[in-house]
Amino acid sequence: MLQVKNLRCYYGRIMAIKGVSISVRRGELITLIGANGSGKTTLLTAICGLLPAWKGDISFEAESLKGMDPPAIVRRGISLVPEGRQVFAPMTVLDNLRLGAYTRYRRREHREIEQDIAQITELFPILGQRADQPAGTLSGGEQQMLAIGRALMARPRLLALDEPSMGLAPLMVEKILDTLVRLKADGLTILLVEQNAQAALKIADRGYVLETGKVVLQGDAGDLLSDVEVKRAYLGKDYEEFYDGRG
Amino acid sequence: MTPSLKKGVAYALACSAIAGIGLAATNPYHLQVMTFIGINSLLALGLNLLMGYAGQISLGHAAFYGIGAYTTAILTATYGLSPWLSLPMAVAAAALVAFLVGMPTLKLSGYYLGMGTLGFGMIAFIVFREWDGVTGGASGFVGIPPLAVGPLNLSSGRNYFYLVWGVLLVAILVCRRIIDSRTGRALRAIHDSENAARAVGVGTMHLKLQVFVFSAAVAALAGFLYAHYVSFISPGTFDFLMSVRMVTMVVIGGMASIWGAILGASLLTLLPEWLHAFSDLEMVVYGLIMMGVMIVMPQGLTRGILDLYERARERHER
Repeated sequence: MLQVKNLRCYYGRIMAIKGVSISVRRGELITLIGANGSGKTTLLTAICGLLPAWKGDISFEAESLKGMDPPAIVRRGISLVPEGRQVFAPMTVLDNLRLGAYTRYRRREHREIEQDIAQITELFPILGQRADQPAGTLSGGEQQMLAIGRALMARPRLLALDEPSMGLAPLMVEKILDTLVRLKADGLTILLVEQNAQAALKIADRGYVLETGKVVLQGDAGDLLSDVEVKRAYLGKDYEEFYDGRG
Repeated sequence: MTPSLKKGVAYALACSAIAGIGLAATNPYHLQVMTFIGINSLLALGLNLLMGYAGQISLGHAAFYGIGAYTTAILTATYGLSPWLSLPMAVAAAALVAFLVGMPTLKLSGYYLGMGTLGFGMIAFIVFREWDGVTGGASGFVGIPPLAVGPLNLSSGRNYFYLVWGVLLVAILVCRRIIDSRTGRALRAIHDSENAARAVGVGTMHLKLQVFVFSAAVAALAGFLYAHYVSFISPGTFDFLMSVRMVTMVVIGGMASIWGAILGASLLTLLPEWLHAFSDLEMVVYGLIMMGVMIVMPQGLTRGILDLYERARERHER
């Protein structure tokens, strides 16, 4: 469904992604993991058209995304849940959701849009209860739900999420990831960028490990989860022992 | 009452208030001040869409006001065209210039956009002042014909007051429609975060350009009304200070509020009239009042007055 081949991204003269190739098949949940500065976010922004200066090839459903601006890519069916949520704080929850469907209003889908809002408030009941509240007054987890709901409003076929677990309580992380599993079961293809590698690999089909702009490991999520290298570098195995000791 | 009915009632009330004021006011001076409030409100309304909603500052908006005024002046007085024909041309001229200027400058944001538009405003002012043969130069442009519809002469104080406020009411309706639409939501999204707006698929550059052109067209419309009202225009009316005054109207009245635009325009039009009594100290008192309003009501008059009202009601209920 999504094919990235030998992608190179630049910030000025600095090369942030140095020849990355990944593929996402229809119905898969793929995770990209890696430490800070490994290029995960850059990769996502390139796919979504927010970073125009890239070389190589990105194609979605056999169509190259080269030179397309974000609105065109959203219309093609890729939605991004940006890093740090980025909900529109002064606007109401409902307006945020409607903005997610921005590219659809021109196609006169008003009734479908209202139905989708109803569906999303079913998925995240809290958004329904707070529909008329400014998004900035929601808690972090609720804002993350709103960001996901907003991205879903564009009716994407591929949902790209940039660190949805960032800064959230463990219980809330679990809730968000559960939602992703549910969305996947409904047939949505998901590309999940995470620093919380363990949690991400547990729900993913396959994973890629990024390090300083390159893919250093890839494979089945289960294999990666048990891979010693990954454990050492990203999962922090001492971490678990630390918790076990306390529990 | 349903929201749409409520809105209808509000517009009916506004219409009757305008009609009432028009009938009650017999003093030509009062009518003149009210007419200027209407023209300034139109200016603030257009700029508010750009500044208050989309969050893009323009420090050169007086240029579009001037382009509207000078285009109609030249077309009607020099070339003898009917004002009703020159109106669309004046608006189109400002829109075209806004499009050309907006393409490169709207890539900027924040202070840089302010600087860019400031430069444009200065260039326009110099063109108005120095292009003697066409604009009349520093001494101004005389003999702009009054407006008339068939036998009805609109140049009398009361008729022109109705014309300006009628146009303003229509402009408010149009702005309301824009604000409540998906475009309005997208504008507010750009104000909050341009990147996030792009991520949901808003063509931010395109939309910023559109709203810039629209607000320029509204300013040109105000310029048209101004030119045919006073029949004499000079570059001084469209200088940098006017641009600043327009920004002040929006900020004092309250950003992102239609009532704010009208309140701000009213205050900035009325204050100099009231402060004549202070003669030499006029500008000092004017400045102090501006500072006072911003300190006491940092979110502008609209929000400030609403807050006062809500607080008073709470106290009453207790």
